Amino acid sequence: MDATGLAYLAAGIGAGLAVIGVGLGIGRIGGQAMDGTARQPEAGGAIRTSMIISAALIEGIGFFGLVICFLLGVK
Amino acid sequence: MNPGYVPNGTEEQHEEGLGEFILHHLQDSKEWNVFGYHVHLPTFTPVHFLGMEIDFSITLHVLMMWFASLILIGLSLMAFRKNKSSPIAVIFESIYLFIRDEIAEPNLGSKLGKKLTPFLTTIFVFILTCNLMGIIPLFGTATGNLSVTASLAIITFVMIQGLGIKQHGIIGYFKSLIPHGVPTYLFPIMIPIEIIGLFTKPFALAMRLFANMIAGHTVIFALLGLIIVLGSVFVSPISIGFAVFINLLELLVALLQAYIFTILSALFIGMAAIGEH
Repeated sequence: MDATGLAYLAAGIGAGLAVIGVGLGIGRIGGQAMDGTARQPEAGGAIRTSMIISAALIEGIGFFGLVICFLLGVK
Repeated sequence: MNPGYVPNGTEEQHEEGLGEFILHHLQDSKEWNVFGYHVHLPTFTPVHFLGMEIDFSITLHVLMMWFASLILIGLSLMAFRKNKSSPIAVIFESIYLFIRDEIAEPNLGSKLGKKLTPFLTTIFVFILTCNLMGIIPLFGTATGNLSVTASLAIITFVMIQGLGIKQHGIIGYFKSLIPHGVPTYLFPIMIPIEIIGLFTKPFALAMRLFANMIAGHTVIFALLGLIIVLGSVFVSPISIGFAVFINLLELLVALLQAYIFTILSALFIGMAAIGEH
């Protein structure tokens, strides 16, 4: 396998791993936020805001990984 | 794929072409494609400054930012007429009130929050306009360019440091970076981490906006490209259906990313200026 093939392989595996991590993180945040809102519906607004913030923080890291993989795969 | 299918040279070149095509449409360019006519934008010779070569040519994304600014200036002029109940004025007022009540004041306190609301509103509205312009055909996404998002993040970085130093004084601000109650022997580890942390925040802001705006367009292009790669008309209903779905998702993402950039800016400024008591 030459270097280009290895780069494609790395891009694919890396994208998958990045998505696994982000999916686990955001899934957990969403689940916990639903849990919290169901227990305390009056705190729904505050919970939603902090959920979006933490989901965005995780997503940023995930996108950072995906951009690197995309550059590996296309260039 | 049929079992006897062997990937040959032309097919591979085709796939390479699709990747190139996608990249070409996402990148900044020196011409503006209007219904097939390539309008060449003015280019200038690079200026040499402190050993760096700085290119001041007007590119597509610069043009798009100008359009966004013009749209916003026009809307603001229409909003601030004598008639305060015109629809545009009401929309602007509700955006302003939302940012003051939901973003600025909870994170910055009522005094600093009122002072910084115009800044946060400007960032929010500008990013939102740039993001939404990316969905309209003929226009480009200015926020899908790392230079643009990095400039926005640098503005936030300057605001964070400036307000932090203004509130605490230079020595007090750098002292407040290290949390209270950290034992002295941890200082050699904590100081570099906190200094790196200062630069990570705006870097993550820039990266997040850039990657989010790029990702949606890439997915749309890839879905539409599936028709060409698989070479079948029967793929097109599925592709176009999904592309429409992703386009609608892009609308949500455009709004959400503008909101997230603004709320994180407010949060970081609040952390630096008010500090943890």
